[in-house]
Amino acid sequence: MRAEDGVRAAYAEIAAWLRATPREDLDRKRHEAELLFRRIGITFAVYGEGGDPERLIPFDIIPRIIARSEWERLSTGLRQRVRALNAFLADVYGKQEILRAGKVPTALVLENEAYRKEMVGIVPPGGIYTHVSGIDMVRTGPDEFYVLEDNCRTPSGVSYMLENREAMLRLFPRLCARHRIAPVSRYPEELLETLKAVAPARAGADPTVALLTPGPYNSAYYEHCFLADEMGVEVVEGADLCVQDEVVYMRTTAGPKRVDVIYRRIDDDFLDPEAFRPDSLVGVPGLMAAYRAGNVALANAPGGGIADDKAIYPYVPEMVRFYLGEEPLLANVPTFLCEREEDRKYVLSNLHELVVKLAKGSGGYGMLIGPHATAAQREEFRARILARPGDYIAQPTLALSTCPTVVEQGIAPRHVDLRPFVLSGKEIRIVPGGLTRVALKDGSLVVNSSQGGGTKDTWVLEDEGPGGLAEGQSQSQVQSAGLGC
Amino acid sequence: MLSRTADSLFWLARYAERAGNVARGLAVASRMAAVSARLGDEVAEWRALLTASGGDAVFYRKYEAPTAESCIHWLVFDPENSSSILSCFEAARRNARSVRTALTVDMWEALNDSWNRLREFSPDATEGEQLADFLGWVRERVTLFNGAAHDTMLRNEAWRFVHLGTMLERADNTARLLDVKHALFAPEVAGAVDYVQWQAVLRSVSALRSYQWIYRDRLSARRIAELMILRPELPRSLAACHAEVSDTLEAIAQEQGGRTGECHRIAGLLKAQLRYGQIDDVFAEGLHEFLTGMITRTAELGAAIDAFYIRH
Repeated sequence: MRAEDGVRAAYAEIAAWLRATPREDLDRKRHEAELLFRRIGITFAVYGEGGDPERLIPFDIIPRIIARSEWERLSTGLRQRVRALNAFLADVYGKQEILRAGKVPTALVLENEAYRKEMVGIVPPGGIYTHVSGIDMVRTGPDEFYVLEDNCRTPSGVSYMLENREAMLRLFPRLCARHRIAPVSRYPEELLETLKAVAPARAGADPTVALLTPGPYNSAYYEHCFLADEMGVEVVEGADLCVQDEVVYMRTTAGPKRVDVIYRRIDDDFLDPEAFRPDSLVGVPGLMAAYRAGNVALANAPGGGIADDKAIYPYVPEMVRFYLGEEPLLANVPTFLCEREEDRKYVLSNLHELVVKLAKGSGGYGMLIGPHATAAQREEFRARILARPGDYIAQPTLALSTCPTVVEQGIAPRHVDLRPFVLSGKEIRIVPGGLTRVALKDGSLVVNSSQGGGTKDTWVLEDEGPGGLAEGQSQSQVQSAGLGC
Repeated sequence: MLSRTADSLFWLARYAERAGNVARGLAVASRMAAVSARLGDEVAEWRALLTASGGDAVFYRKYEAPTAESCIHWLVFDPENSSSILSCFEAARRNARSVRTALTVDMWEALNDSWNRLREFSPDATEGEQLADFLGWVRERVTLFNGAAHDTMLRNEAWRFVHLGTMLERADNTARLLDVKHALFAPEVAGAVDYVQWQAVLRSVSALRSYQWIYRDRLSARRIAELMILRPELPRSLAACHAEVSDTLEAIAQEQGGRTGECHRIAGLLKAQLRYGQIDDVFAEGLHEFLTGMITRTAELGAAIDAFYIRH
């Protein structure tokens, strides 16, 4: 919703509701929401900063609304993009045609830290590498979406998509009933289908799936347990698994049990101390050997990071054209690679207008927001870029859309982004919705939870009009008086 | 089920049960101390409670003498005491958190709410007359957790390991509570103070009323011991707890196609011994000797369960 549009049609009902609801009621609901999240234990673990390590991500009670027509266009674009990303991964670890065609610089791929030589020559089942992709989007105008970044490693946040909806249904049942909101609760089922679809052939019709977590100290641990629970699969730590004769087993009360598919939420580096970092304590020795032997499927496949690397990002539209022969439906934000001389010159003379990011960074750390930075901060980044140009990329600041948000002073517009989750197995599936992150500070463009961002429920409306209220329940049976004798 | 999950379920139930048992012990001791204070033997009460809770060696290194204040702090809030109520809830919740997928929402909320609330209590929540309310709250929370487990868990292996933990801990606790008071049960004593003490012992296992229902007669040392050790009707008796432990282990074995080991043998022996034992034989052996033997074998059983299902 942008100021000049006024209130978009999809928000009409919400606007009326906000006008009719006194501030005290909103505050009470916010408090209830916080209690609810604390009670269910949906926390985000932040260790090493002192204070309570189990923190809540602020939840804003005003939903972010996406019209059905808008969602249709968006999801078609997402399917296209993820198909291209998968094709790119299969290619760079296979025939490398896109490199030979000169569409992506060879050195940028093969010398990239995110490129895993261990994956060369391995063909994962179905040729799928990024089974779960989180594509970060921003809306800049009617039907105008940009992709900020792709996440093909272990994207998190989907539990918030699900729990935020649960919270809204509990806190505002009537408001929810007045809208026809596309349900998101099928996500765990879809995820399980996706994972089962990539099991090794010998596993048969009912493969054993497990979710591999680094453990309770990981910031997304809640999500790992939540998803495993919803799917009805075990959440395992490295020590729960062992590899014998290139077969992966988990230790159970009834003895070792063979595992066919691992939804791993551990970074590549820590997966297997025999293949990657030898000091990893959370991984499984021998896991990569079992993977190479085709005895276990890993989702996402190791090495997917080469597709979502910030230096590779500018080439994604080219991947769409090269592999699919289609024009990209989703736009990229114009990106300057400081490594390239002409880009660097432009960046250094326009620092006040650009966002500068670490090519390898994540979580909103180590960023320069040019228009909001002080002269000293800009000078600091100039020096850093000159010292290590390959580490930095820059993008123009976008006129991000905002969404009404409850803040101390009342209700105010705040910038939002959107991370839909795209599942790739035998087919591509997208649950209508995603994680909306909101920058709670006035004017801020940084939505990361580690930087004071919050979340909102994301409503994809089934139609543009309000739906009916569901009412009526039969009376419960009560105990009859006396003993009747 | 994952061995680690079984381990966490077993221990979260043990710690929850232990928190409730510490509260039970404290409630009785503080009541007895009030009575004994008039007789000038308050310290003996606290000393007995420390012995029952185990880990008293650390207490004596840290505090000079067992006073009401030091004992209550040690047993409620002291993080250095791995069996303090605070430590028990912390450990129960830590275990629960690592196996969220195996718990029902009700169980998790019962533990998580308790933990969040416990951290908000100020130290004066256990001072003076507030102590009874606080201990009542702890017992309520544990009852809520046990009820949530009982009412909401699928009767699968997860439930069995939770139940195993609760019952093994409960058996251990009843044996310890009775053992610290074993001197009261010598045949020659039966003064007015002993009568109050007997009542207190029964109250600690919620069995004062049960005694009346079963025996319909005045309290006697023999019967109290019989009730707490051998009567299967009393849910906290050794016989009842060990029957549950053994039956639960057998149920797990049956689901795993009859896979059994040392833990099944020990549990079966204990169950049979308590099922067919007679109180005269217990007293002939010596109550203290009998109970010490029980505590030791309960610990051996815990280790055997661990060896068979967890760290194989």
